[in-house]
Parts: sequence; structure tokens; C-alpha cells
Amino acid sequence: MTNLPVLTPTPLLEVKHLRKYFPIQTGGLRRKVVGQVRAVDDVSFFINEGETLGLVGESGCGKTTASRCVLRAYTPTSGEMLFRNADDSLVDLALLSRRGLRPIRSQIQMIFQDPYGSLNPRMTLFDIVGEPLLMNGMKDRRQRTERVAELLHLVGLRPEFLQRFPHAFSGGQRQRIGIARALASTPRLVVADEPVSALDVSVQAQILNLLLELQNRLNLTYLFVAHNLSVVKHICDRVTVMYVGKIVETAETQELFRAPKHPYTAALLLAVPVADPRVKSGDVELKGDVPSPANPPSGCYFHPRCPFAIDRCKTEPPVYREITPGHFVSCHRADELQLEGVAV
Amino acid sequence: MEDLSPLLSVRNLKAYFHLDEGVVKAVDGVTFDVHAGQVLGIVGESGCGKSVTMKAVLRILESPGRIDGGEILWNRQGSKQNGSTVEETVNLTQLNPHGREMRAIRGGEIALIPQEPMSAFSPVHTIGDQLIEAIRLHRPAGKREARQIAIDLLRDVGIPMPEQRLSAYSWQLSGGLRQRAIIAMALSCNPRLLIADEPTTAVDVTTQAQVLRLLRELQAQRNAAIIFITHDLGVIAQMADYVVVMYLGLVMEQGPVDDIFHAPKHPYTQALLRSIPSINSTPREELPTISGSIPHPFNKPRGCPFHPRCQQAIQGRCDQRTPALQAVGGQQLVSCFLYHDVERSS
Ligand SMILES: Nc1ncnc2c1ncn2[C@@H]1O[C@H](COP(=O)(O)OP(=O)(O)O)[C@@H](O)[C@H]1O
Ligand SMILES: Nc1ncnc2c1ncn2[C@@H]1O[C@H](COP(=O)(O)OP(=O)(O)O)[C@@H](O)[C@H]1O
Ligand code: SF4
Ligand SMILES: [Mg+2]
Ligand SMILES: [Mg+2]
Repeated sequence: MTNLPVLTPTPLLEVKHLRKYFPIQTGGLRRKVVGQVRAVDDVSFFINEGETLGLVGESGCGKTTASRCVLRAYTPTSGEMLFRNADDSLVDLALLSRRGLRPIRSQIQMIFQDPYGSLNPRMTLFDIVGEPLLMNGMKDRRQRTERVAELLHLVGLRPEFLQRFPHAFSGGQRQRIGIARALASTPRLVVADEPVSALDVSVQAQILNLLLELQNRLNLTYLFVAHNLSVVKHICDRVTVMYVGKIVETAETQELFRAPKHPYTAALLLAVPVADPRVKSGDVELKGDVPSPANPPSGCYFHPRCPFAIDRCKTEPPVYREITPGHFVSCHRADELQLEGVAV
Repeated sequence: MEDLSPLLSVRNLKAYFHLDEGVVKAVDGVTFDVHAGQVLGIVGESGCGKSVTMKAVLRILESPGRIDGGEILWNRQGSKQNGSTVEETVNLTQLNPHGREMRAIRGGEIALIPQEPMSAFSPVHTIGDQLIEAIRLHRPAGKREARQIAIDLLRDVGIPMPEQRLSAYSWQLSGGLRQRAIIAMALSCNPRLLIADEPTTAVDVTTQAQVLRLLRELQAQRNAAIIFITHDLGVIAQMADYVVVMYLGLVMEQGPVDDIFHAPKHPYTQALLRSIPSINSTPREELPTISGSIPHPFNKPRGCPFHPRCQQAIQGRCDQRTPALQAVGGQQLVSCFLYHDVERSS
């Protein structure tokens, strides 16, 4: 036996016990804090270098807040966000000052949902994509022009477009521009918040293919936020499911879809209408609505809607734990329940 | 199962917007039928003319939009004083949009679940007041009777504690409850045709599932017809009996739901179905795509509207002439020169 090193993937980002609470204030002159919205409440996950982690859940569950914490557009209320530098040293993003963040900013970039709102309408394509280059010290215009052309080529846009403004482009093209801008500073981690949700069906596939291709070429790591489970299934290596500010389940994609362990995940999967009339789907037994993170239920946050809830679920919050290697779940009954997944 | 004469028959409908910059031919010759008890799905990407078609049917097209051709034939069933029912077909394009007959049909016989959920209710009146008013507009009911009908309706659509909800305002309801209240409003006059314009686009997947189930149940109970509009092929597959696929103001293909999904004929339908990632598909595999993007309505291509993006376009034919919607075996109709050589007459 030779001593081959065991290749364990190293996390590029490890988030531990992340919390982001927003104060609820009274109106009027003397504002008083009367409560907290627990938008992100004790969330832990990691993303390995070169992989895509999907963050899914229904609107208001805290996906955007969590990803904005990673980008440090928000300062977390508490928790750690350990980011691995290119030299393997670790830095806690949560603790960084504005100044300390500066060298990290270029390494973590964002792709937005709305390709209409996220591009400055008064900037040309050259300025939009070239601005991060300038900010990273590329002063020479010729050099910048060359690099912008290269980036445009990378995302499948023609370099003749350089002097045009965003309104001249279709939704799909604008999303490509946003991607080119995000890639300008050669990031290692890309946070994509619903990057295809606003696009037409026929254009979504183009952007999904582009994201996969760029990942292969540039060894990018993605945190992919989405509510469309079919898209997530297509693009993610592992998936984390959130519900009312908490993670209910994380697993490798195939495993999560085939054998979900949390009743909420199973309900989400059943609720997706499949584009095949012979596969009956798009139905769900869940009663009621998603509770508010300002006033979550006792015990397991899912218990008022859960078809499998027992008395214990009403009082005792379940612990988020690893039940099989790589499969994490937060449900008292995860070991005994036989939940239905989808064919993969 | 279907009776022969359709409830609604839209024939070569054209609805244009006359702007200073030019004419937007939003709907440019759309044809389909809806039968009693049927769920007709209309699917197409944004801007293809789905909402404008429905606004034309309801005669609520806002200026500078207007109907510029075609017929909208609505089968009216009235009861005479002697108790016998009469059937007559009226062409809605010929009616005064604000006249008595059209007002009786709109809301009374054909009801809309609008695309913008906030537009269904006024924020300054309670849900109860608005429901009761809608009920009394189309039925001879006293206040107390109308109130009871309103409570029953809210209960029918699965709203808990319906009595209390009567005094709620729409903005006080959660997304799921508001969607149900909107459906109750649309049902308030027992319509024979319910038009649901992207009723679940703004809601989450579990709420969507609840709303879809509710619509299916209501449809089975009341035997009303539903026109279900969406850009989501999954929702169409699960909801519709018969599907109309639109692109750039025209019908590309229509047919029974199983044929559309398992034997699509039009290259646009085929490409659309191939390009969506499915919950059952192989992860990370490159998806087949449709090249290019949807043209701007002022820049509609000549010939078949899909030809610049079509991989099978026939040069000299598809870029010159517009194919007509023709039957191609069974109940499927296709506008494509790969299947016939009939040109659309303008
Ligand atoms: N800036 C803010 N102030 C107060 N509450 C907020 C703020 N941003 C988000 N929230 C609340 O936090 C919760 C999570 O929101 P968000 O992260 O946007 O969810 P998602 O992206 O999953 O839809 C929601 O209840 C939302 O109303
Ligand atoms: N009020 C309006 N003025 C001008 N153009 C309009 C108006 N409403 C719709 N249109 C145009 O008509 C076309 C069809 O729109 P619509 O029916 O709303 O599409 P959808 O299929 O997404 O419902 C689009 O090109 C749209 O830009
Ligand atoms: S802990 Fe109880 S209520 Fe929560 S998901 Fe599991 S079974 Fe359902
Ligand atoms: Mg969000
Ligand atoms: Mg519409």
C-alpha cells in the first residue's frame, strides 16, 4: 500500500451559527424596538472549492439575507463566516472592518436577479464591465478595453457592443453583462441570487449553460440562491433547504431529491409541477401559510403545517444534525420517517 | 364528452396598440375554442399576447389598444320567463364594452382572476363589502342573503373563519389567503368561464400547489370552463386538458395536453420543452437552447415569427410567408410549413 494522500475537499467558505436579526420598530418620532425579525437564525453550512451549493426555500425564508451576509452587504448579528484565502489562510468575514474587507471584495462577487434594475442605465457596457477593473488598479484604458473585450467574449457577448447602454440589450444579454462584471475581478466565490428567475423560459437555459461552462473553465465556486427546484437540481452539487430563517436539511443534490429526510423538503418536492401530464405532481398536503420570522411558532417551526408532527415537535426545537455522512437534517422524526422523493 | 358547440370561440382575433412610434400587433390572428367543463391552457413567454387576448375577450383592453379584427363568439345561455332556456351566440367584438349586455357577461358569465393580485381588491373597502357588492351586481339577492353567499364562497375556497374575514382588508391577508379571496371574488357570480391569468406566478410553490388544487376542485364541482394562462410548462402540464402555445401574438400550435407534451409538432414547442431543466433530468448536462431572444414587438420578423430562431426554417419560405394554423392529424393544429403549405390570409 502506498500512502496516497486522502483528498478531502476543503471548504472555501464555512458559515457557522450565522444570525441576522432585523429590529422591528414602532413608527413615530421616538422609535422603540419592539421585536426582532429573525431573518437568519443559527444557520451553518459550508461550500467546497469548485462546487455549487444551492440555497432554496420559499420567499421570506432568509436566502437573500444569508447571501448578503456572506457578501458583507449586511453585518451579521452573530456567527462566523470563515473564508479561505488563495494562500489557504482563513479569515472570518463577519469580523472584518470596512478596510479589512477591501482585499476580499474582489474574491466574492454577486450576480443579481433583476438584469434590469441592477445595471446603471447611464453607463456604457465598457464602463459597467470596466469599472471593477479600474477599482482594482487597472488604470491603462487600452489594457482595460482588451480585458473587457475578453470578458465579453467569455460570456458570449460581441465586443462591438462596448459603447452601448443597457437598455439596448435583452434580458438574457443583460444577465450576461452582469456576469461579465462580476467576473472582472476574478472572484473565487460567486453568489448568484435567483439569477434566472426573471428571465424568459427560452433564455434561462442559455444562462444556466453559461454558468456551468464558466464554472468548469474558471474553477468557480457558486452559492446559488433559487426557489425553482428544477433549476437547482440541474445546477447544484449540494442543496440546503431553508424554512423561516433556519436550515431544515442539507444533502448532496441527488440524495436530497431522491430521499428527502425532512417533511418540508418532501412537501416542496411534491409541490413542483412536472412538465409532463403523465406524471401527476404539483399537489401538496400542507395546510396554512409560512409563519413570519418575527413571530415563529414554538418547537419545530414547521410543526403547525407538518403532517407528521407529534407532541414533542410542539415544544422542543429539533437539533440540526448529520444523520448519514453528508446528510444533515433538523427533524425529530428524521430517522423513522419514510418520505417520498422524486425519481432522479 | 364535449358538446359540439364551444362555449367561447375566438376566431382570428387581432388586438393592436396604436402608439405614436408605430403599431404594436400584440395579438395578430389568434384562434381557439373553449368547451364547457374544459381547462384550456394558454402558454407562452412574456409579451406573446396572452393577457391582451384575455382583455380583448373581456372587452377591457385599455386605449390605445383596440380590437382590429376577428370574432369572439360567446355562447349565452339565458332562461326565459316561461322557464325554458335559450341559447344564443353573441359576437363580443360587436358589443359596446360599457353597455348593459357586456357588463352582464363580464363578471357575470366570464370572470377574471387577474395577473396582478393587488388589482383584484380595493385596499380601502373590506373584502366582505366588495364580495357582497359583486354578488348583488349579478344576482337578485338581498343584503343578508348576499352576505351568506359571501361567507359560503370564502368557505368554499378554503378560507378559515370566513365570517371574520368579511371585515378584513385584502392587504391584511397572507399571499395564500389573498389568492383564495380573489378566486372567491371571481366565483361570486357563478361564471361559466373563469379566466385565470398567471394566478400563481407571484406565489410560492406550496401556495401554488394549494391554489392549483383548489381550482381543480372548483372546476370539478361547478363544471365551469377555465382558461388557464401561464408561462410555466409544469403548471400547464398539470392543469390543462387542451393547450394553446403562443409566440409573438400568434398561435404556434394547439392540441390535447398529452400530444403537446409527448408529440409536439411545432419547432418552438419542441425547443421550449427541451430547454427547460426538469426535476427528473440529468444534472449539469448542457441544456439544449433556443438561440437568440424574443424580438421587440416593433421588430417582428417577416414570415413565420419564429423563423430567425428556428433550426428547421426553410429559406425562401419561412422568412417570406406566414403559415396558417392547420389541422395535422387528430386534434392537433400547427402553424408551420414543415407540415403544410397553407399561408395565412391577412
Ligand atoms: N432590511 C430588512 N429589514 C427588516 N426585515 C427584513 C429586511 N430584509 C429582509 N427582511 C425580512 O427577513 C425575512 C427574510 O427575507 P429574505 O432574506 O429577503 O428572504 P428570501 O430571500 O428567502 O425571500 C423576511 O421576513 C423579510 O421580510
Ligand atoms: N398598454 C399597452 N401599450 C402598448 N403595448 C402594450 C400594452 N399592453 C401590452 N402591450 C404589448 O402587447 C404585447 C403582448 O402583451 P401581453 O398580452 O401583456 O403579454 P403576455 O403574454 O406576457 O401576457 C407585448 O409586446 C406588450 O408590450
Ligand atoms: S420535527 Fe416534527 S414537526 Fe418538525 S418536521 Fe419533523 S416531524 Fe414535522
Ligand atoms: Mg430573495
Ligand atoms: Mg400577461
